[in-house]
Amino acid sequence: MPLFPAQQLLWLQDRLNRRTFLSGSAASLGLAALSSLIGSASGAEKAKPALGLPGLPHHKPKAKRVIYLFQSGAPSQMDLFDPKPGLEKFRGQDLPASIRMGQRLTGMTAGQGKHPVAPSIFKFAKHGQSGQPFCELLPQTAKWADKIAFVKSMQTNAINHDPAITFFQTGQEIAGRPSIGSWLSYGLGSENQDLPAYVVMTSQGSGRPADQPLYDRLWGSGFIPTKHQGVKLRNQGDPVLYLSDPPGIDRGMRREMLDELGELNKLKLGKTGDPEIATRISQYEMAFRMQASVPELTDLSKEPAKTLEAYGPDVKRPGSYAYNCLLARRLSERGVRFVQLFHMGWDHHGGLPAALRGQCRDTDRPTAALLTDLEARGLLDDTLIVWGGEFGRTVYSQGALSATDYGRDHHPKCFSVWLAGGGIKGGVSHGETDDYGYNVTRDPVQVRDLHATVLHLLGIEHEKLTYKFQGLDAKLTGVEASRVLKEIIA
Amino acid sequence: MRSPVLVAAVCVLLGSVALSFTAGAVPPEVPPATAKVDYNRDVRPILADNCFACHGPDEKTRKAKLRLDTKDGLLSGSIVAGKPAQSELIARISAAGEAGHMPPPKSGKKLNAAQIATLKKWVEQGATWSAHWSFAAPVRANAPAVKTPGRVRNPIDAFVLARLESEGLKPAPETDKATLIRRLSLDLTGLPPTPKEVEDFVKDDAPNAYEKVIDRLLASPHYGERMAMNWLDGARYADSNGYQADYERYMWRWRDWVIDAFNSNMPFDQFTVEQIAGDMLPNATTSQKLATGFNRNHRINTEGGIIPEEWRVETVVDRVDTTFSVWLGLTMGCCRCHDHKYDPVTQKEFYQLFAYFNNVPESGVGAEQPVNHPPLIRTPRPQDEARLRELQAAIEAATKKAQDADTELPAKLAAWEKTVDTKKLGPAWLSPKPTDFTSAGKAKLALQPDNSVLATGTNPTNETFSVTVTTGLKQLAAIRFEVFPDDKLAGNGPGRSVNGNIVLTDVKVNVDGKPVKLATASASFSQTNYPVKSAIDNTPGSGWAIFPKVGERHDAVFAFDKPLALDNAAKVTFTLVFGGQFAQHHPGRFRVSVTDAKAPHERGAIPVNVAAILAVSTDKRTPEQTRELVTYFRANNPAAPSAADQELAAANKALAEFEKTFPTSMVMDELPTPRDAFVLVRGLYDKKGEKVTAGIPAAFPPLPKDTPNNRLGLAKWIASSGNPLTARVAVNRLWEQLFGAGLVRSTENFGVQGEPPTHPELLDWLATEFVRLKWDVKAIQKTIVLSASYRQSSRVTPELLAKDPENLLLARQSRFRLPAELVRDNALTVSGLLVRTVGGPSVRPYMPKGVWDETNFYGNLRNYKNDTGDGLYRRSLYTIWKRTAAPPSMMLFDAPGREVCTVRRGRTNTPLQALALMNEVTFVEASRVLATRAMKDGGKTPESRITHAYKLALARTPSDAELKVLSAGLAKRIEAFKANPDAAKKLLTPGETKPDATLDVAELAAYTVTASIILNLDEAITRE
Repeated sequence: MPLFPAQQLLWLQDRLNRRTFLSGSAASLGLAALSSLIGSASGAEKAKPALGLPGLPHHKPKAKRVIYLFQSGAPSQMDLFDPKPGLEKFRGQDLPASIRMGQRLTGMTAGQGKHPVAPSIFKFAKHGQSGQPFCELLPQTAKWADKIAFVKSMQTNAINHDPAITFFQTGQEIAGRPSIGSWLSYGLGSENQDLPAYVVMTSQGSGRPADQPLYDRLWGSGFIPTKHQGVKLRNQGDPVLYLSDPPGIDRGMRREMLDELGELNKLKLGKTGDPEIATRISQYEMAFRMQASVPELTDLSKEPAKTLEAYGPDVKRPGSYAYNCLLARRLSERGVRFVQLFHMGWDHHGGLPAALRGQCRDTDRPTAALLTDLEARGLLDDTLIVWGGEFGRTVYSQGALSATDYGRDHHPKCFSVWLAGGGIKGGVSHGETDDYGYNVTRDPVQVRDLHATVLHLLGIEHEKLTYKFQGLDAKLTGVEASRVLKEIIA
Repeated sequence: MRSPVLVAAVCVLLGSVALSFTAGAVPPEVPPATAKVDYNRDVRPILADNCFACHGPDEKTRKAKLRLDTKDGLLSGSIVAGKPAQSELIARISAAGEAGHMPPPKSGKKLNAAQIATLKKWVEQGATWSAHWSFAAPVRANAPAVKTPGRVRNPIDAFVLARLESEGLKPAPETDKATLIRRLSLDLTGLPPTPKEVEDFVKDDAPNAYEKVIDRLLASPHYGERMAMNWLDGARYADSNGYQADYERYMWRWRDWVIDAFNSNMPFDQFTVEQIAGDMLPNATTSQKLATGFNRNHRINTEGGIIPEEWRVETVVDRVDTTFSVWLGLTMGCCRCHDHKYDPVTQKEFYQLFAYFNNVPESGVGAEQPVNHPPLIRTPRPQDEARLRELQAAIEAATKKAQDADTELPAKLAAWEKTVDTKKLGPAWLSPKPTDFTSAGKAKLALQPDNSVLATGTNPTNETFSVTVTTGLKQLAAIRFEVFPDDKLAGNGPGRSVNGNIVLTDVKVNVDGKPVKLATASASFSQTNYPVKSAIDNTPGSGWAIFPKVGERHDAVFAFDKPLALDNAAKVTFTLVFGGQFAQHHPGRFRVSVTDAKAPHERGAIPVNVAAILAVSTDKRTPEQTRELVTYFRANNPAAPSAADQELAAANKALAEFEKTFPTSMVMDELPTPRDAFVLVRGLYDKKGEKVTAGIPAAFPPLPKDTPNNRLGLAKWIASSGNPLTARVAVNRLWEQLFGAGLVRSTENFGVQGEPPTHPELLDWLATEFVRLKWDVKAIQKTIVLSASYRQSSRVTPELLAKDPENLLLARQSRFRLPAELVRDNALTVSGLLVRTVGGPSVRPYMPKGVWDETNFYGNLRNYKNDTGDGLYRRSLYTIWKRTAAPPSMMLFDAPGREVCTVRRGRTNTPLQALALMNEVTFVEASRVLATRAMKDGGKTPESRITHAYKLALARTPSDAELKVLSAGLAKRIEAFKANPDAAKKLLTPGETKPDATLDVAELAAYTVTASIILNLDEAITRE
């Protein structure tokens, strides 16, 4: 006979949740856990979604979820979205000091005697009613010109990949902070108890196959509880680590084991009175459900041929950008709060034209197909799409400049990202750069502004999503003032 | 579930129980229960949370010049003691809705009624102020009197009990002996007890039975492993550099130092000093130097194109943050950019601390290679010691023999000298003493006795040396530029770069201010694609380099078209430019020489130094010269050495070779002259503000007397009994390990925004006791685990859970999930798979394919292959740790990523943990091996076998109800596997060990499932 009546446990659990939340220490107890335990002995019943913080969202959200298409390595803004036709007349000339203004360069080109201006060799055309310019390598994405909002005046502090991508993901260049997805998981909780709130997928680019690496910390939870860290769907073996039962154990036997395990754990709960055991029981039940929900998620057999076709020939290859885009839609459909794709291969120090062709071939069609697919299912209105890298690339050529070839070094002073979907005003472009595509001339946007905007669209005031760490109210956007980009919000 | 009524009810209830002493964390709805308002406990947290951001230590953001964090600021003007009605502060916070109301609405802060009442009451009671508790020295209080003295085993219990009694609570009874020994074993060694250890203890009725177990566990070699585990988190220890390609590094010698230090019970003050500044102790031993690896465990950036100084600054900042978090429980990170908003540390003071760690001869950039980065030390492993002693003894013996055999040497040497072909000698080089020498990169230059120049201190990206000499020659035919190895440099030098290489991009010669053109060049060795003539080709990027022949002396000779007629008083200036794209590729020790020889490029068969000695007549040679000649003669003339000489040479060589096999470890070292330190504006490496010197923040006691103001002094200051924080922070962490949470819950923050201690007097008693025991870690731990408070049961009643959900009052022990490492170690131990070797290089247990590779295409830590044999079953603290892709089963159980210092781990409960415990090969194999043990050693019946497995895994026997559940399931599965033998066979395959062939496959499979259930029990991964 357990000491604890169910109602009392439920109440205690809730109190503990709040207490641990309020004190900022590692909260580890799920309310949903208990309701599922109490709801049915076997725990087979679907659990309720995990709660976010009380009081969230702060205002009516325009987007319920995010798909962030991270282009890792830093795509060249002036070869894709921010054309500088006037540069042709400066081809090969040294970048004027009046433009560079002492901006520090990386060690890769700081020693270069000359910094020759390298105009893009790609053709640009205006698209849609808005007439937004796209490079010829992005014909499919270009069709979405009127639904896309560009920010062409992005700036960052870092000039090297590791700190720059860490900055984009966590708001700080140095390791140790929670990533944007884990902030959202912590703040808003999950809409689906059978899948994690934050899912990450990675793909290798064909433009530069062995490109800049990625690191666990990019989807880590820093100092907030690790249950909020991104779960990376793997490209080989189990999509989620340790998902498959050992050989020889079938689904029926696993159920049997869990029933016995649950019974034994409940006996212990009765003896010790530790509510953590109740949580444990429910987490095993969620694990059991994940063993079904994840294979169902990655099973593309019921996708119509037309849909698969739209994403292009790579769609059936796990680990391709196209496959990940399709999975992103399936995850969003299932209520996963934050889906983040990392497509590698954009770091084009040399041989940029060929590499860029490869990267665009990888991404253009699947990206457009994802937008179409979401729209067709009525999901685009409340799913925010973000596309961008960690910094931009230089107008001058790294290494030799020829009529058909050039490379570009890292450039933090200006670059482009675009957003679409939930809450975004389409067909607009925010911010401007100078004739060299080197400096921002209007409306500079910081990484923290982009973060504040994403949070705002999800109904969160970025100043108020905080976590007590080392005695301070830490937040994603840091201590400097951030600004929500109202100009691109519908 | 978010009903406001419930929230309010919760807050009221919590407020009355817990909030009076955790006011910093949760705003109370009612005034503190105690009548007397205490400034530290009740008032400061309210002010800190709501006012300090604008009226605190940070001068730049301070509004209205009003400061409320100091006594003067708060009590002069804002407050009239005893008179709330006349106190401006009270008026401002009370006037809701009016202009001037504080805190202002746009701050987002708001005082509730209880907080306002508390402040009023405090003013009413006389507004007594005291410094933040943790910055004042601990005060040892006498153990308080209690109503039930029978419950008191030592003073700890008196403090705990007094508090419980005041709250009307009773402590829990002592837990049963089986639970107690499992708890103690897991807490002190991280390993569960064997069934025999449990049985022996349960049976032992001796009054000191428990104490005997404590002593046994404290003496176990596994104690040091358990203690090191926590320490490694704080020290951000790992096996890779942590950036980009994330190459491997090798710091396990330091890790083993930590294990040894705990095992040998090194006093904590010594443990502290050696890790922070062991290298600076007089006559520092190898072990003391090795200890300083603590502050070399930081990440090292190796990304192409980074700016070395930017990343060197990051490293130094990391050292300040880490050292202060680990030892003082203070968060210094925010002071990098501005004055601390809450604690009394200014930005300037942060950079004064920075100055202590700023003088390591290191680069901010690492090599893209699996290497350790200097400064380094080579240390023999335990298994090397015997051989080392043997080799040293051999040298001693051979030296004696050679000396005895030396009588014939002069004759042999003279005979040899006659045969030397003087034509084969190289040119005669003069190395005049420079009259002037400079470094454009601001390195510190020092002239050496051989007229070479040693460069230390600042290690700039690029460098230009200028050396001026008066040659004394009538003719100048050529110059020679030499570089020398030095064991203080990377790869033994000669370069100051990470790999010891140099790139000489340009050489210029001026005679009395007029440039003279160099025409030809030769070198002792040139790196492929870096020929020596590139140094005089007038192309800035190209140059002469020496990789991979680093660690050796090299020279480059540059000659003029034809010899230059020279006034023998002429000043000749050499300009040596190292301006290539590779950072810090310039020499640490070099010399310029001149010659008038006709064939300057000729490199004689006899080395230059020997030739020079031979040129001196026998009677004019100095003893040093003779010795040098003899050394050369012995080593190179096959006819000359006696058997004894050869033996000595061989013995020396053997030792040198053997020493090269010792692993290196990164250590701290101190430049002879400290680097200049500056306040960095907004924390940016290139925005230098005011120049600062090393110093302790004013809010703390000064350096102890007779301590130097350097890193060693800082270490001694931290380790001093006069430091108000060190002992408290240390005992609090030990307490956390034994109770699941610290007396100060925020283990990582003892500052103003940290949580106040639940039992301040107890914390201070423990801190002063720790110092009284001469920082004896094992002794203070023994004191704690001997207490009745530690021995309590962890069961909780609904009433107690309602009253004290977080167990702040300690009316029970805590029950908590094992840390990540121990979850795995426990499964290995109870199954019998654990390999108990202590220390050694990191190992590679099972890991799913691709974890290292999916997102990284560079570095040597790719294509993970697990070990075979022992490496699969070692304790988890030995698992190789790649920072950018850390071991997944550790990360799932809340281990930190080890990228930065982490002092306190979270404790979550997730479905991914369940998946790992059910399916990860380690746990599946452990289940099978545990099942095998149960079947072979557990008797014949299912009940006896399950009971045996319970004893192994849980240190107890199962209840009837538990037995019923498990035996019923077992019977079902024996049937199922008998019907499906293929499935049974498959289940036995995971893992490297082979299933026991003497057991029935279906039965073993069924027992494996049972064992898996047991290993998945909440209890199995919980310390009760």
